[in-house]
Amino acid sequence: MPEQTIHVRINHAPHELPQGATLSDAITSVGIRPPFAAAVNLQFVPRTQYPLHVLQNGDQIELIAPITGG
Amino acid sequence: MNNTTMTTDPLLLYGERFESRLMLGTSRYPSPSVLIEAIEQSAPAMLTASLRRQTGSGGEASQSFWNLLRQVKVPVLPNTAGCHSVQEAITTAEMAREVFETDWIKLELIGDDYTLQPDTLNLPAAAAALIQSGFKVLPYTTDDLVLCQRLVDVGCQAVMPWAAPIGTGKGPINPHALRTLRERLDVPMIVDAGLGLPSHACQVMEWGYDGVLLNTAVALAQDPVRMAQAFAQAVLAGRTAFLAGTMQAQDNAQPSTPVLGTPFWHQA
Repeated sequence: MPEQTIHVRINHAPHELPQGATLSDAITSVGIRPPFAAAVNLQFVPRTQYPLHVLQNGDQIELIAPITGG
Repeated sequence: MNNTTMTTDPLLLYGERFESRLMLGTSRYPSPSVLIEAIEQSAPAMLTASLRRQTGSGGEASQSFWNLLRQVKVPVLPNTAGCHSVQEAITTAEMAREVFETDWIKLELIGDDYTLQPDTLNLPAAAAALIQSGFKVLPYTTDDLVLCQRLVDVGCQAVMPWAAPIGTGKGPINPHALRTLRERLDVPMIVDAGLGLPSHACQVMEWGYDGVLLNTAVALAQDPVRMAQAFAQAVLAGRTAFLAGTMQAQDNAQPSTPVLGTPFWHQA
């Protein structure tokens, strides 16, 4: 029986993850290094919640890191 | 900068003391080393920074900038640049607080992409929500008096009116509005955006503004390090002039050299 998957967007790019994947799994899949912060569906998710935040099909994940600014 | 005025006349924002009245943006410099030198030569109170999407190899620039911020040891003022809704601004601020480990936030809520004019109708709601969440909000706003008053009403202990649209370098395009704003509001006010010359910074400081925030005028100068110095000196000069109290302008000439005893004088 094929593994169930979900489709999410990480920084607007489509990604496929296993059913039950957490935000930690999504972050690992793109290889971003700290420091960064995460939001799912426009809601901030503290880093302590990454392993507990189970993703849903269609979730929009934003991973943002420091850059220069004015 | 080693100057008595700076140490005896600190900028107070949300109860915190800053020795400089210059805030410096970190974008658009020719190189990180130039940015570092500009920071060292101008000793700003805060450096603005932002957050953007990063994944994989694109993270190199972010890592480099992060290391730079740690090296220079200047307090960071994260911004919410590019946010178009209250929720975007709130979420970005929360993300910035975690990354930069600071409650300071430069609230930018853009209402028009062409002019980068703030969304004046929704700015107070965004500021109120952030203040309730414990942020020290420095809202980037227009020079509209009533809007700035509303921002104060919702708890902003300082506001940051523009001199002109971001990155234009035009200097104060509505001096009357800025001067009226200064006369009407008692909270610390920092002119943010649109300054192009040190004389612009000096001018608004002479009017009684408490500080300036700028980026492009330094970063795009032919010699950003020297220009950063010039802005620091201009801010200090303007502040000192304000404290000294400027003379009242006169419509008619008034001789500064005593008239009594003028040689060769004779009754006309």
